[in-house]
Amino acid sequence: MMIPACRLADLPRGEAFRLDIDPPVSVFHTDDGEVFAIDDTCTHQDASLADGWLEGCEVECPLHASKFDLRTGAVDSPPAKLPVRTHEVLIEDGMIHVRVSTDAPNLPPCVAARLAGGPA
Amino acid sequence: MRTVAVVGASLAGLSAARSLRKQGYDGRLVLIGDETHRPYDRPPLSKEFLAGGLGEADLALETDGEDLGAQWLLGARATGLDATARAVRLADGREIRADGFVIATGAAARRLPGSDGLTGVHVLRTLDDARALRDELARGGRLVVIGGGFVGAEVASTAYALGLDVTVVEAAPTPLAAPLGREMGGIVSALHLDHGVRLLCGVGVKGLSGERKVEAVLLEDGRSIPADLVVVGVGARPCVEWLEGSGITLDDGVKCGADGRTSLSGVVAVGDCANWYDPRAGRHRRVEHWTGAQERPAAAVATLLAGGAVEPGVPRPPYFWSDQYGVKIQFAGHAAGADSVTVEEGAPDDRNVLAVYRRAGQPVAVLGMNQPRLFTRWRKQLAAAS
Repeated sequence: MMIPACRLADLPRGEAFRLDIDPPVSVFHTDDGEVFAIDDTCTHQDASLADGWLEGCEVECPLHASKFDLRTGAVDSPPAKLPVRTHEVLIEDGMIHVRVSTDAPNLPPCVAARLAGGPA
Repeated sequence: MRTVAVVGASLAGLSAARSLRKQGYDGRLVLIGDETHRPYDRPPLSKEFLAGGLGEADLALETDGEDLGAQWLLGARATGLDATARAVRLADGREIRADGFVIATGAAARRLPGSDGLTGVHVLRTLDDARALRDELARGGRLVVIGGGFVGAEVASTAYALGLDVTVVEAAPTPLAAPLGREMGGIVSALHLDHGVRLLCGVGVKGLSGERKVEAVLLEDGRSIPADLVVVGVGARPCVEWLEGSGITLDDGVKCGADGRTSLSGVVAVGDCANWYDPRAGRHRRVEHWTGAQERPAAAVATLLAGGAVEPGVPRPPYFWSDQYGVKIQFAGHAAGADSVTVEEGAPDDRNVLAVYRRAGQPVAVLGMNQPRLFTRWRKQLAAAS
């Protein structure tokens, strides 16, 4: 599924845009001008990576210290142990689109429990 | 270097072992831990684990399939370091010889004198402590927390959510005044009162009463607070007794340079037991923060592998977090020495605050309550400014 996120011109370098789907996805515009999309929720605990510390191609969770590689989704620091999903990004006519991965997301225990217990 | 021994198998020790491998060390690696558990994460011990929301498997710091190619000696307490023979002595009589040593023995919870042998009295530092406390909290009743610092406040918050009747006793006039300053310490500790948790400040604890089981906490002003359960959260002391006589310089922990080097060659120290030189402050500081235990080993390991010939980078300002009564509390920098604190966003009454501490107009610290996005921005700014 291809979802329009935001206009590239509205997303300055070093900033992130959160796409409020379930689970949310975030689009990052790096200082080098690249655009990446990954799952927004840290796999350790409920926190929005769009609020995190972006440096190069890595984002650090705003709460704790887990760092995720925007290119691969890999986590390189505890406390998180699982990667986040990466999503394909397409920019057309200045609009950023995200093709959401069909893989199962790695959600933190509290969020996974909430989704499982919530309405279907 | 053919053998490196990491003494201490918690976050700092594991981070050191990971850094060694990441930085290309392919020799023998021995990890020595006095607990019997593989490395586990401590922050949830006062929160989700204590509340029953997370199990022991969730606390593991190692990832599935992670293999550091290390020899693990768990349940093995270090009792001495022989700098001449280059060996760590263990309580069971074994000696581990190595060329390089990483000291990561952490800190131990301070206990209340005279509380030994009284059931119902707990400290919270290790997984075993948390298991014991969790089982007792599940029975409910009246809990008195001695100490209004972060561990005490988190335990109070967790116990409140479990339905216990909770009282917090703090000797200082304002809890958290040392890390946060008086004004913000007052705002954060007001979270207890919002939830009907009693907070008694400015009064010391004289002792505990009870025969075999604790019955009350006796205060210095003569009051007696009935208790079914007591948690003592009065800080921690660095675990460095085992290094006495080794020739290593000890001063509130292992005294280290800005790169983790100690007074002995081929020995570095990291984590809660290490008193690192802070170039920003121009003095040594022992920082008991998770992030320090996680970030600093990379620098210490570089020092060890280079034989002490690396230029240490300036570390990021210290950062810690706490979760209390559903509020996310974050702090970076040093509050001491600030001459002003300004609330830049939110309102203290809503327990929603972004406050900046400044000295002579320059930001030196930042506090967030439920403000993760703004907090990250200020934290970056703080790192760039110094």
